[in-house]
Amino acid sequence: MIDAEKYKFAAVVVAFIVAALLPMADTGYWLSIGVSLAMYTVLATSWALFSGPTNYISLAPAAFFGIGMYVVAGGIDVLPYPVLVLLAALVGAIIAAFVGLATLRISGVYFVIFTLGLSELIRQIVTWGQATMGTQSGLYVLTDFTEQQIYWRLLGVAAIIYLIGWQVGRSRLGFALRIIGNDEVVAVHSGINTARAKVYLFVISSTFAAITGALVAPRWSYVEPTIAFSPFISFQVVIMALLGGVHRLWGPLLGVIPFTLIWELVNSHFPTQTTLLLGVAFLAIVYFIPHGVAGVIEDFNRRRKQRHV
Amino acid sequence: MSEQSALRSQHKTALAVNGVTRNFGGLVAVDAMTFDLAENEVLGLIGPNGSGKTTMMNLISGALKPNGGSIRLYNEDITQAKPNAIARAGIARTFQIVRILPTLSVLENVAAGGVFGHDRRWGAPLDDHARQMLHLVGLIDSEHSPVEALTYIDQKRVELARALVSDPRVLLLDEWLAGLNPTELLTGIALIEALREEGRTIIIVEHVMDAIRSLCDRCVVMNSGAKIAEGTPAEVLADTDVIAAYLGDEDA
Repeated sequence: MIDAEKYKFAAVVVAFIVAALLPMADTGYWLSIGVSLAMYTVLATSWALFSGPTNYISLAPAAFFGIGMYVVAGGIDVLPYPVLVLLAALVGAIIAAFVGLATLRISGVYFVIFTLGLSELIRQIVTWGQATMGTQSGLYVLTDFTEQQIYWRLLGVAAIIYLIGWQVGRSRLGFALRIIGNDEVVAVHSGINTARAKVYLFVISSTFAAITGALVAPRWSYVEPTIAFSPFISFQVVIMALLGGVHRLWGPLLGVIPFTLIWELVNSHFPTQTTLLLGVAFLAIVYFIPHGVAGVIEDFNRRRKQRHV
Repeated sequence: MSEQSALRSQHKTALAVNGVTRNFGGLVAVDAMTFDLAENEVLGLIGPNGSGKTTMMNLISGALKPNGGSIRLYNEDITQAKPNAIARAGIARTFQIVRILPTLSVLENVAAGGVFGHDRRWGAPLDDHARQMLHLVGLIDSEHSPVEALTYIDQKRVELARALVSDPRVLLLDEWLAGLNPTELLTGIALIEALREEGRTIIIVEHVMDAIRSLCDRCVVMNSGAKIAEGTPAEVLADTDVIAAYLGDEDA
């Protein structure tokens, strides 16, 4: 068991090293795909960290992603970039804590709608703020960062989220979340402070969405409320995570890779049907592989093991 | 009987319920209930359907908050405490309709009760203790089975083991024997008897009279939210008010 874990850990380290070498192979098209992959890996993995065990479907990634972007866009001429990234994380964490405390008592569909509304609310506030301050609708984020720097940063954050996810999975907090996801009544009567456990994970998850926004902002170079807080970011994160499987730490990655690659093709060949196809993809995933690719792989392994026994 | 009450008087009061009332809108579900539970005692909480027994259990475990009165666990006031705090203080419960955790293994289902409750463990000591509890409730060799594949009584055993794993100071069993067939019932009664022998402090809500007679040191009888009798099982089951409550005006 311990040996198997070491083996797994080594495999993950090797995978990260290989991924980090991507800019050596290509700095054009494939690197830009790499940035998208790294960005959605962080978003989907951190999303699943909270939503996987609790079954609380959050549509808030866009809200925190946008917050991260706007912290960078607003402060790029004033503060050094690393400070802005930390600030984005801090602002994201504080807002997530407030939102979590206010909303994590509600469950099911109400929580979904609230988180969707949250992104819209923040977007409206930012739009209103920009209008009243008389600036343009968007902000420029002009830096001399190269694509590969942004890629490596995202990859580094992905490594951190994997480490955190791995630690949480082995911890009491992770166990508490799994119990909560199964039955919240049993959880409270087993002594779990369910509100606190959920808020912790929601904050971790949202902070990483904010960091991702802060890291991606220089690449987009122009930030506008409609794109920074686009609900499509949330939809894509949720679909990718569900496609890969949210019950394993490595699950979302298995959704991010195929989905990002296919989506590239869809975007270039059917640019006007993307919304429709996103909806169809969502239905197909929920209907055919409710436990995602990870679930399919695990079923296969289980069956193979049984056959051997 | 006098021997038993003498024994009881030597024991500390584990749980003291004093004038507890709970309304739902205009309905008084629990009406000024007062009773004590001594350490090592098995107390039966009985009464017709709708008499407020489960509400009383929910008030003790913190699932509901009383509108008045007080509940003390070893002299610690838990009246307004949250259910997780009450679990930590040492009250564990099972549910009228069995609640299992379907995506967890049998062992994890039991371990879930022993991490955040009264006695807290983690890692190997937790697994060992959870395994012991599985043995205690008579579930051996199924710790890795999917919990949904278990029979109804085995799921009830899992739930009981989950309640026991934190070594609670007071155990609440809400119709734990309901839904069992006659053979299972005998097994179930023997199991609770074994817990009694261990000296655990238990409140059982039950409709099965054989179980009440053989398991309980004392009974509290409720009707329409209020206490109508208290005493040994033989005493209360012979009480005219109790007979009237059961056979007379059934308020379902």
